[in-house]
Amino acid sequence: MPQLVDVRMTVNGKQASGRCEPRKLLVDFLREDLGLTGTHAGCEHGICGACTIHVNGEAARSCIMFAVQADGAELLTIEGLAQNGAFHPLQEAFHEQHGLQCGFCTPGMLMAALDFLAVNPSPTEAEIREAMSSVVCRCTGYRDILRAVAAAAAKMRDTVHPVRQG
Amino acid sequence: MAEQNSAPYVGRSLPRREDRRLLTGQGQFVADLALPRMLHAAFVRSPMAHARIRSVDLSRAATAPGVAYVLSGAELFKLLPPVPDTQLNLPNKWKAHVEHKMLAPQQPLLATDKVRHVGEAIAVIVAESRYAAEDAMELVEVDLESLPAVVDTEAALATQSAILHEQFATNLIGAFSIGKGDVDAALARAPHRLERRFYHHRYAAMPMECRGVVGVYDQRTDSATIWSSTQVVHWLRREAAAVLRLPEARIRCLALDVGGGFGVKGHVYPEDLLIPFLARAVGRPVRWIEDRHEHLLCACHSRDQIHDVAVGFDDAGRLLAFRDHFIVDCGAWNPIGAGIAYNTAAHLLGPYKVENFAADARVVTTNKVPNAPYRGAGRPEASFAMERSIDLIARVLGRDPVDVRRRNMIAGNEMPYPVGIPYRDGEPIVYDSGDFPAELEKALDTIGGLDAFRTRQCAARAEGRYLGLGLGCYVEGTGVGPFESALVRIDPSGKIYVSSGACPQGQGMETIFAQIVADAWLVEPDDVILALADTAAIPIGFGTIASRSTVTVSAAIHHASARLKTKAFAIAANLLECAVADLELRPGGIGIVGVPDRTVSLADVARASRPGWDHGRPAGIDAGLEETYYYEPPTVTWTSAVHLALVEVDIDTGRIDIERYVIAHDCGVVVNPMLVEGQIIGGAAQGLGGILLEALTYDAQGQLLTGSLMDYLLPTASDIPEIELIHQSSPSPLNPLGVKGVGEGGAIGPPAAIANAVCDALQPFGIECNATPLRPEQIVEAVKAARR
Amino acid sequence: MKPARFDYHAPESVEEAVALLGRFGGEARVLAGGQSLVPMMNFRVVAPPALIDLNRIPALAYIREEAGMVLIGAMTRQRQLEFSPVIRERLPLLAEAIGLVGHLPTRSRGTIGGSIAHADPSAEIPMVLQALEGDVVAQGMRGTRRIKAADLFRAPLTTALEADEILTEIRLPVMPVKSGYAVEEFSRRHGDFAIAAIAATVLRAGDGCATARLATSGIGPVSARLRAAEAVLERDGLGAAAIEKAAKLAAASVEPITDHNASAEFRRHLTDVLARRALLRASARAR
Repeated sequence: MPQLVDVRMTVNGKQASGRCEPRKLLVDFLREDLGLTGTHAGCEHGICGACTIHVNGEAARSCIMFAVQADGAELLTIEGLAQNGAFHPLQEAFHEQHGLQCGFCTPGMLMAALDFLAVNPSPTEAEIREAMSSVVCRCTGYRDILRAVAAAAAKMRDTVHPVRQG
Repeated sequence: MAEQNSAPYVGRSLPRREDRRLLTGQGQFVADLALPRMLHAAFVRSPMAHARIRSVDLSRAATAPGVAYVLSGAELFKLLPPVPDTQLNLPNKWKAHVEHKMLAPQQPLLATDKVRHVGEAIAVIVAESRYAAEDAMELVEVDLESLPAVVDTEAALATQSAILHEQFATNLIGAFSIGKGDVDAALARAPHRLERRFYHHRYAAMPMECRGVVGVYDQRTDSATIWSSTQVVHWLRREAAAVLRLPEARIRCLALDVGGGFGVKGHVYPEDLLIPFLARAVGRPVRWIEDRHEHLLCACHSRDQIHDVAVGFDDAGRLLAFRDHFIVDCGAWNPIGAGIAYNTAAHLLGPYKVENFAADARVVTTNKVPNAPYRGAGRPEASFAMERSIDLIARVLGRDPVDVRRRNMIAGNEMPYPVGIPYRDGEPIVYDSGDFPAELEKALDTIGGLDAFRTRQCAARAEGRYLGLGLGCYVEGTGVGPFESALVRIDPSGKIYVSSGACPQGQGMETIFAQIVADAWLVEPDDVILALADTAAIPIGFGTIASRSTVTVSAAIHHASARLKTKAFAIAANLLECAVADLELRPGGIGIVGVPDRTVSLADVARASRPGWDHGRPAGIDAGLEETYYYEPPTVTWTSAVHLALVEVDIDTGRIDIERYVIAHDCGVVVNPMLVEGQIIGGAAQGLGGILLEALTYDAQGQLLTGSLMDYLLPTASDIPEIELIHQSSPSPLNPLGVKGVGEGGAIGPPAAIANAVCDALQPFGIECNATPLRPEQIVEAVKAARR
Repeated sequence: MKPARFDYHAPESVEEAVALLGRFGGEARVLAGGQSLVPMMNFRVVAPPALIDLNRIPALAYIREEAGMVLIGAMTRQRQLEFSPVIRERLPLLAEAIGLVGHLPTRSRGTIGGSIAHADPSAEIPMVLQALEGDVVAQGMRGTRRIKAADLFRAPLTTALEADEILTEIRLPVMPVKSGYAVEEFSRRHGDFAIAAIAATVLRAGDGCATARLATSGIGPVSARLRAAEAVLERDGLGAAAIEKAAKLAAASVEPITDHNASAEFRRHLTDVLARRALLRASARAR
């Protein structure tokens, strides 16, 4: 009988739990056990960043974490970004600036950008470019993503946004 | 029929309707599908490049925990006859005009007697989870008898080479020749001649979403549903019908949200067919989601061509003759036939006037992953050969490469310009519209003019800094046939329903087609309902490859709408008791010209069009309010661009810094400028990745050395410079909207532009960059060698 | 690419962790940040029968300044180092290097101890440990010991740690306030492992050079000091000619590797270029 572990965490502000093998990757746990398919697996070896979520308030690559490591943690996924159907400024900015095409990397981009803007709310263009190099996009060529992050930063500096974070 | 038009939607940068679901994690990609009792497949793949399969022992795997079903190639062969000819075919018109020979080895769904590339599927395991399937994979014993690996096309053609497809007794599985004038005579009498070999290496589309297939078989209706991350649902259905021995009417193929395609998902793969077959065999839904390692190992690669060019020119730099013998490394199979190679041949001359031309191509099998179209599909290779040749000609003559281009470019007032060879649709190539010299001048103006740059370059050299200017100019045939479909129907609500065979992978088709339909029917884009990439929504379709969907679908929508309007007006006239000639289409419906309150809504017309008692149709008008149109384009329409790169080369590290990257681009009428820019920049980023970072490399035993994203370097935001875009618009006379395709173009220009820029920067060292990719180490070595 | 099955253990103390390692006779793997280990497990390149997760031992994460040393718990996240005022002020070389280590999301999970214990020859943190002449504390069945940087890295992905030992602390001497320092890295893309990198720190003494320390990453099979180059600087000072000479000597003294990223010859060439650049920047900073 394979070892099974119970995992309990908060995801997007709600309690979540499951029972899985310790080897189950966090990205798979989110997608399969919790039905949160917004987080995508692009490489399963921690390079492309599509699987980026927040763990205890910090961006992390969920394809190279085991679900059991998130036991007791507070997670934020793309599904938790919009509040009551209203776009977060990042989502708004990506929409206005055409910062997505196929949308596969987009959840990872948004989660990475969210963390980056939390630690650097007034970034320069060069800082945005460097920070957003943590997620690979194959469609956009990045220009519109960078514009979106800059626009979002400006929006976020103007108002306070109640995204639940760890 | 008159139409009243307020501000049209075509031409506006409307934000996309696709965005909401994709931004909130509500998109649905094939891996997001969870069906009851679904099983998960994993493929056992060959660790050897070339080998005979002696035996495959699945007995231990079959009894592993969670395993429901196992299948080897030998067993599959007993269950399923080989799938008939699946290679993409070129039309008879092409075959009649082009001397060619193509062999079509048929790839089995699982390897039976031989494996022909590392990663080729040998067996499949279906289990309760992918984890369990991968565990069982480790219990499979495969006995392979190694054969010599063929990894070089020239070696593959040597008499002593091992042969991949022994029934042909050769690795030369395709060849053709095309030309005009008398190239040998022209070369012989040309005042100057130059011969060079150019190599364009192997790289790939690498979409962020790998491939994936989910298959379901419904016993009750003896029918199958296949979800695939594909660009060609109708083609998939056609082949699935043969494999499953079901009529097409009992198979539904659809693509959900597709996370990028760029061509690599543009044909039918063995997995697309095997998964539904397994679903029926097992009696449960089966899903296969390709992982990234598999993707590198067996999703099609691209490019990989060697060109031996001979060019004749005069003192002024005019091209007198251009001959290209080229070889395409097509890997172990050839699903695309002559498609890519002929694209290369047809695009070699680019925007230039050349009277004497010959291209002959050889398509050669090697023990590598098969070669299939990837954004550009043979055109980047062609552009590289010609653009490098032009820069070399300029060096020989001591002229500026810009001047040599000016001297040879087809002028704006020479359009439409017949080139003198056929396109792959068999039609004679005629550049329909465009102004290439104007694009060149605009690009140069953007950087402050050529002279100013040359002055700066000179001053920099004196300080030991190496700046360079490089151009990559190209033309691109877009909107190719054979056809695309559109069904336009007025829904009882008055909204317009449109379905088509087009298959989006991120281009924003839902948005642009809504814009086009909104203009056609004077409704709001939100009143347009679109159904794409679903064989249940329209029975015949082609799919999205080759920068074709905007052109072909817009024309199909236009023609279907025109027919539908005739009918709708007849019904409206009946309802309003007037003549058809008195009516106009206006926001809100159809009404009498000059009488605003005498209008019927489209919903009214739809209601009146129904069959049965008390319908509102005049005599002679059949019931229903929909039209299907299959647009068969007369031929392709021609997009063009000039890519201009300004670089600085650090000769100590070999690093290339792109100071500016300018694209002067012409894709005719633009439906949504924001989306068009996104396509160009996205394509350019892939082109830059191709010349500077990405490479698929095999060793002498045919082992893939670049099997992860640690080795296959995709460009990130830090690697792509700010790209400046200049738009020119030369509408196409060939389709109703005047549009041209834009999906691929961005990827065509960068390899040439960057290589030329680096050579220009390093001119004091006389360095030539005739092979891709450009690695820093090569640059440092070349400079050192030049200095010795 | 799913990992093979393993027995999972999440000890709550270092002692428990050490006992588990001992029990598995060196076959178990330690899970720190996982940014290097889990990809390898997903590829099934490694398939340990057991995983000992250190993430439930909060006592292993800290940054403390004590008697001229900065003491860093092995499980301290790279991200914490990145934002730590202590690191920025006391170990500016490490602060500069940390920005080159992967990306912010990997630094959220990656640890200083994990990077050092994993000993990837192209990683930046081992190079900084070498350049600053730090040492590490290892705890095993037989107790605790200190290992100097110079003795720690044996071979690619191999340290002097015994099978039952866990890194618990990294100890780095506070850099003199007047230090000059620089990290020069050549990688194909931002955030990638180094094809070649040099970390340099120098301290002036009048017109001369009191100490010069240079360490490499990506060049040879392990991160190493460039002692011959250091000696030249300490003898001849930090002028342009001395730096030139030191750089050339650095290039001559390394034993570079060839892999599919770069040839040995290119790495040797880069050693010269990067050493010169690092020393010029470091000496410009040195007060």
